Amino acid sequence: MIADIGLVALTIAFLFSVYATFASAYGGWHNQLTWVESARNAVLLAFPFLTVSVIVVVYSLYVLDFSLAYVYDVSSQAMSPFLRVTALWGGQQGSILFWAWLMAGFVATVLLRKWERDRELMPYFIATAMLTTAFFVGVALFITNPFMRLWHIEGATELTQSLFQPANSMPYFPEDGGGLNPLLRHFGMIGHPPTTYLGFTGFVIPFSFAIAALITGQSRGDEWIRTTRRWTLVAWIFLSIGLILGGRWAYDVLGWGGFWGWDPVENAMLMPWLTGTAFLHSVMMTEKRGMMKKWNMILIILTYSLALFGTFITRTGVISSVHAFAKSALGPAFFAFIGLTFIGSVTILYLRWDTLRSEHTLESFISRESAFVLQNMLFLAITFAVFWGTIFPLISELVTGVKITVGPPYFQRVTGPLFFVLLLLMGIAPLFAWRKQAMRALGKVIWIPFLASLGIAIIWGYIHRMHPASIIGLWLVTVTLSLILAEFWKGIQARRTTLSENPFTALFNLIGRNHRRYGGYIIHISVLLIALGFIGDANFKLETQGTVSSGESLTIGDYQLRFDRLRGYPGSDGREIVEAVTTLSQNGETIRALNPRRDYFIVQEQPVTVPGVYSTPGKDVYVLLVGWDDGGQSATFKIYVNSLINWVWIGGLMMIIGTIIAAWNNPYQREMTYVLKPGGLSSHPLLQEG
Amino acid sequence: MRNIKRKLFLILLTIIASFYAVGVAYAQDGQPGYPTDDDVNRVAKKLYCPVCPNTPLDVCETKACEDWRAQIRDQLSEGWTEQQIMDYFVAQYGERVLAEPQRKGFTSLVWFLPLTVVLVGTGVVYEILKSWRKQKKVTVDARPIPEVSREMLEKIEREIRELD
Repeated sequence: MIADIGLVALTIAFLFSVYATFASAYGGWHNQLTWVESARNAVLLAFPFLTVSVIVVVYSLYVLDFSLAYVYDVSSQAMSPFLRVTALWGGQQGSILFWAWLMAGFVATVLLRKWERDRELMPYFIATAMLTTAFFVGVALFITNPFMRLWHIEGATELTQSLFQPANSMPYFPEDGGGLNPLLRHFGMIGHPPTTYLGFTGFVIPFSFAIAALITGQSRGDEWIRTTRRWTLVAWIFLSIGLILGGRWAYDVLGWGGFWGWDPVENAMLMPWLTGTAFLHSVMMTEKRGMMKKWNMILIILTYSLALFGTFITRTGVISSVHAFAKSALGPAFFAFIGLTFIGSVTILYLRWDTLRSEHTLESFISRESAFVLQNMLFLAITFAVFWGTIFPLISELVTGVKITVGPPYFQRVTGPLFFVLLLLMGIAPLFAWRKQAMRALGKVIWIPFLASLGIAIIWGYIHRMHPASIIGLWLVTVTLSLILAEFWKGIQARRTTLSENPFTALFNLIGRNHRRYGGYIIHISVLLIALGFIGDANFKLETQGTVSSGESLTIGDYQLRFDRLRGYPGSDGREIVEAVTTLSQNGETIRALNPRRDYFIVQEQPVTVPGVYSTPGKDVYVLLVGWDDGGQSATFKIYVNSLINWVWIGGLMMIIGTIIAAWNNPYQREMTYVLKPGGLSSHPLLQEG
Repeated sequence: MRNIKRKLFLILLTIIASFYAVGVAYAQDGQPGYPTDDDVNRVAKKLYCPVCPNTPLDVCETKACEDWRAQIRDQLSEGWTEQQIMDYFVAQYGERVLAEPQRKGFTSLVWFLPLTVVLVGTGVVYEILKSWRKQKKVTVDARPIPEVSREMLEKIEREIRELD
């Protein structure tokens, strides 16, 4: 009964979305405002109806209405109420509906906030954004409907899923459901899908404004960039959080001692992040210099298409097996829609190519402009390498019939050097002046941080002389970090000498004066911290595996792990736990007890490995219980020593803080743009933003 | 109900453990120590599970992969080299078991195309910048950046203060 309400609401939301798409396009084409306003109202109605539909799914998951196939799949009596609610994004049907709902929410918010400001762009903005929303609502309605019921047809051996009662059938009410995949019951996987979806769907806003700007010919001005700047930042930070939560989940749950495995699903998310990051930087060129308008368009179209592509390969599993493609109508539908989006946008871009012309002047190859072009190229090259490596198994199978694997060695080798150049650019490019950077002036700015970093790198190199490959990475992080810190130092010094502020007030005011610039620097530092995690993972990782009897120890580096005993007990959420009691010591001194576990989920018949981790800022000792003999007298452990890994999570938190600072509304800066005159003091690097 | 679950669970533990007993037995055979679990994992790391999607052989938890690791252990103790074992796996299960794609035949494309893209990209960047320089107009203020002198800083700060 309740489920019927959800189904009806979903159907109405679909009709409204389709109507909004066509009404706004028609209104825009024929210049009839009433149609556009009508489309706006349709959007503002579609969202509440979708909300009803989502609430019904959540409610059904919560009260365990097992007559619904989706609830039967992902919810179960043993799950806590909280987990039942998060099961909304624990499976295909719920995820697609959730995605559609978020996207409709974004579009509705834009229409409420920006309606008066960007009137000219609105018709085509609504048409583009609602076309995508309508597609997702349509998929939720026609292909992956969460309100499908279970039926038992007479004589059939399997249950049938259908919205309406098939002939000769009885409704089927299972006693208990399958429950959420045990691997997904972790804070990382509970937070990862919503943040990722927010990131993916958030990019629909800049994308739709870009398309609207192209269609209306408004792209000559850069109004759409100003309008969407913060939307882009929001989408970007959610995508970043999603990536980091996904990494944390992999580290805690998948039991292979790492956080990033270059799996197709991970790559699918990384690609839009890469082009999105390039876009975020590239728009600054348009804002400050009116340049690179074509780049922006290419980058936002790529970002959005890659976000769709990411959903496509995650949701259909097409990369691991070509055969997954045709299993449901989802694969072909998505494939067609991505094709339509990409080819459609590129066609519009081609037709409007001439309107994107901009004045380019440059005196020197070394300038801020060149740095921006280079960074765009690097981001695109990395994206291509990741894309190519991800889809190559598919191409190989289609062309030669041979299945191959493209594993981490490929990605590390191909993207590693490019990432290194990007890191260096990140430190040095903000110091470049527009148009021309005199080498002598640059030398004066960078020689102290450069020498300092060289000194630190030599010390680092000596400490890690067993791992010569790590030295380049560590030096790059050091030099970039010192260059950024020097920027803070210069700003603080300037305020101290002229305004006699104390260092803390100076730092606070410095950031307060220019949110974007210093927020950006903080994000850059956080990227360096995350890079540290990757460098540690690539160079300093230790691992060992061995079987020991009770009382014996395994040794790794200067750590010893003593196995004491094994114990078993029932856990929450329908699991049985076998836990090893072990003691970790370093050079003979006891540090603490570690309890690596194996949780066995009875209903799902699935084991989950829970590592015992001793975590410090420098390194993690990560212990997995691999197996044991029948009496529990001996057990096998796999131990990793993961250096610098915690800086990934610290960097992630810092990235959020930096983004909040960068996105903060700064009335002071808005005023300043009126006062500054070209060629005056404003051209001084200290006053330049970004 | 509870009891049945417990019993099932214990049976399962025994089954899992029995696979392990096999592994332990191998370690005790032959010359002391070799091949250890670490020796096995070193080879297994370079291979991918032939049946599960995208899972390296050294971490895969399926029964099949346990057997494959046991096989690597056998081969190592019989004196096979790492390369021989990898060749054997490729012959048995196809190229897909290699974590690192080969650099020959059609597969070499996976390596060469990104390299080509980087080279072409560098050329494109150079061409773009060259064309931008050509269009330069003399009207632009192209003075080199002045040094950040104390007077300059004071002047800037004064102007900023006036804005407030």
